Amino acid sequence: MTRRRRPGARRRAPWAFLAPAIVLFLLFFALPIGYAIHLSLRTIEVQGLGLGSGARSEVWAGLSNYADALSDPELLDGALRVGVYGLIVVPVMLGLALLFALILDADRVRGRRFGRLVIFLPYAVPGVIAALLWGFLYLPSVSPLHHTLDALGLPEPDLLGGGALYAALANIAVWGGTGFNMIVIYTALRAIPADVHEAARLDGCSQLQIALRIKVPMVTPALVLTFFFSIIATLQVFSEPTTLRPLTNGISTTWSPLMKVYRDAFDTGDVHSAAATAVVIAVVTLALSFGFLRAAGARTRQEEAR
Amino acid sequence: MHRHRVAALSCSAVLTAAALTACGGSDDSGSGPVDLTYWAWADMEQVVDMWNEANPDIQVTVKEQAAGDDLVTRTITAAQAGQGPDLVQAEYQALPTLVSNDVLADISGQVADVEDQFAPGLWQQVTLGTDAVYALPQDSGPMMFFYRHDLFEEYGLTVPTTWDEFAETARTVRDVAPDTYLTTFSANDAGQFAGLAQQAGAQWWTTEGETWQVAIDDEATRRVAEFWGGLVAEDAILNEPMYTPAWNQAINSGEQIAWVSAVWAPGSLTTAAPDTAGNWAMAPLPQWEAGENATGSWGGSTTAVTRDSEHAEAAAEFATWLNTDPEALAGLVREGGIYPAATAAQTGEALAEPPAFFPNQPDFYAQAAEIAAGTAPAAWGPNVNVAYSTFNDAFGEAAQSRGDFPAALTAMQRSVVEDLESHGFQVSE
Repeated sequence: MTRRRRPGARRRAPWAFLAPAIVLFLLFFALPIGYAIHLSLRTIEVQGLGLGSGARSEVWAGLSNYADALSDPELLDGALRVGVYGLIVVPVMLGLALLFALILDADRVRGRRFGRLVIFLPYAVPGVIAALLWGFLYLPSVSPLHHTLDALGLPEPDLLGGGALYAALANIAVWGGTGFNMIVIYTALRAIPADVHEAARLDGCSQLQIALRIKVPMVTPALVLTFFFSIIATLQVFSEPTTLRPLTNGISTTWSPLMKVYRDAFDTGDVHSAAATAVVIAVVTLALSFGFLRAAGARTRQEEAR
Repeated sequence: MHRHRVAALSCSAVLTAAALTACGGSDDSGSGPVDLTYWAWADMEQVVDMWNEANPDIQVTVKEQAAGDDLVTRTITAAQAGQGPDLVQAEYQALPTLVSNDVLADISGQVADVEDQFAPGLWQQVTLGTDAVYALPQDSGPMMFFYRHDLFEEYGLTVPTTWDEFAETARTVRDVAPDTYLTTFSANDAGQFAGLAQQAGAQWWTTEGETWQVAIDDEATRRVAEFWGGLVAEDAILNEPMYTPAWNQAINSGEQIAWVSAVWAPGSLTTAAPDTAGNWAMAPLPQWEAGENATGSWGGSTTAVTRDSEHAEAAAEFATWLNTDPEALAGLVREGGIYPAATAAQTGEALAEPPAFFPNQPDFYAQAAEIAAGTAPAAWGPNVNVAYSTFNDAFGEAAQSRGDFPAALTAMQRSVVEDLESHGFQVSE
């Protein structure tokens, strides 16, 4: 009897275990996305002066919100600004993270735990607080940096405008993100069996050669992962420029694509065009990040084949 | 100062509507008290307590909100969800947006007899030029010129009475004290620019039949934009935003010695420049033509009743008391530091003393009342938020590059017109 029941119970059991996750996924992920897509296909239309009741109605808009979003030069400009920002953030942050991880993993390093903590600590500071802290350091009249430069008679750069702004914003992200990425890479380094570099050392490898020839190739998956996370974080940059915006004329309300979504939805009250822009950003982010993952996967397979 | 103070975010106010008689009226004998929720950012707990004590039938609960545009968005969202408050504090320029989103009730039936207690320029802003009444004026923000009288004396400056003199004063400051500026042009608060444009005679949104007429890029506003752009370009004034730590530092230390602001400035100066109490003085805004007495408005707010409210009549009754009763207004002045919109209250007992930060100017509020009498009318439209947002970006960029202010004004006009057209409004320029 139990034999006959088993196949059915077996088929049901996974679903029972999955059910909470599926319900939560549907409620808090699929449903809002579906609603955003629904919103993006509609728009507000006004009768007459648009005053009084019944003057505003929500109507089907087709793809016109998408056409507007894609033809808005501000969105492309924002994407380019974020691109420049990402070109600074990603290599610098991951380069530093890898360097720190390798140093901490090297033989005969003292204060390993302390170093790890200090480098990781900025990651524990919330992004908005970090941006505020740095904002104060960038503002000429309240910044110790500018006071020092002034006392030394050196020129004081305007960190909140022009090209320096990218470096200033990137600096906040690097400061906050390096620690996290270092921990990911460091954990991967610790997982490399000790006999591998022992063998290398017996063969006469220097520390540098061990790092470059053994360790870095072996933590490639961790590097790919951190790169993947960094790309997504870069495309979604929002809180740092938003926090710095009141301090300077150099950052517009549409500086990054997500800031434009926020402005459309909450400043100018057009939730429909904001939804369309948000969907465009989500699609581009997905395409870029999975494109990267595929490219990285193909490379790894190639190397394995060799 | 109130429009800039970020109040604690209150939890969402779900209407605790007790089951009551269908017709919302103050005559609810036997059916329990009416509960009203009021979203506001001004400090008015004690004033509302006064009302609640005197009116056991109509109990008002204030839910403190963040000031300004955030509250507009939140109110519209809550109204769409059917969870809006009964009463809401709204700035004048937000009224068309709220009316356009069908959030506000027409209370003309309940408040018809209070019209003559307010200046016509203010009343016109709560009716939007129609027969309806969408809110009652609470406070107003006539613009004025604030300056460091001690430093003006030290540098041998006279208080400018015209904008030409203002420009001359700005240049003189740069000559006399090279590290000092008269003031700054800030692109982070469009309300200031809008007020200056009103003073010059601008009417940004007007209606003609079923058509909105947008005149942001008109002669009057262009004059204002060119004036400030010219001063920024020649480095006679700064181009940095207000309300930053750097700005606080500059006005506290005397690196900036004047501020074109409004009647609520004493409150802002108290927090931004605490070391300079007694060193500031207030004068009328410089004029475009000598001898005039014109000013614009920056800030000021109203009390509106929402369409969702099941007790519109009770809500209107409270709003009328709050904004016209001498005792209530005195309480608002005392507790919230507002400058009342009701004309009689502007010369009332509560405003006999100058602001604590201005002990040197005993007739502060008498002068303020004279200035307020010359307040130019303001004309707001259904997408002020679009204009303000574009102002931040376009004028921010122009100020940063010390560049083309009139072009920024054109950008503002274009984005407002395009936004209206994209929603199906009839627009003429």
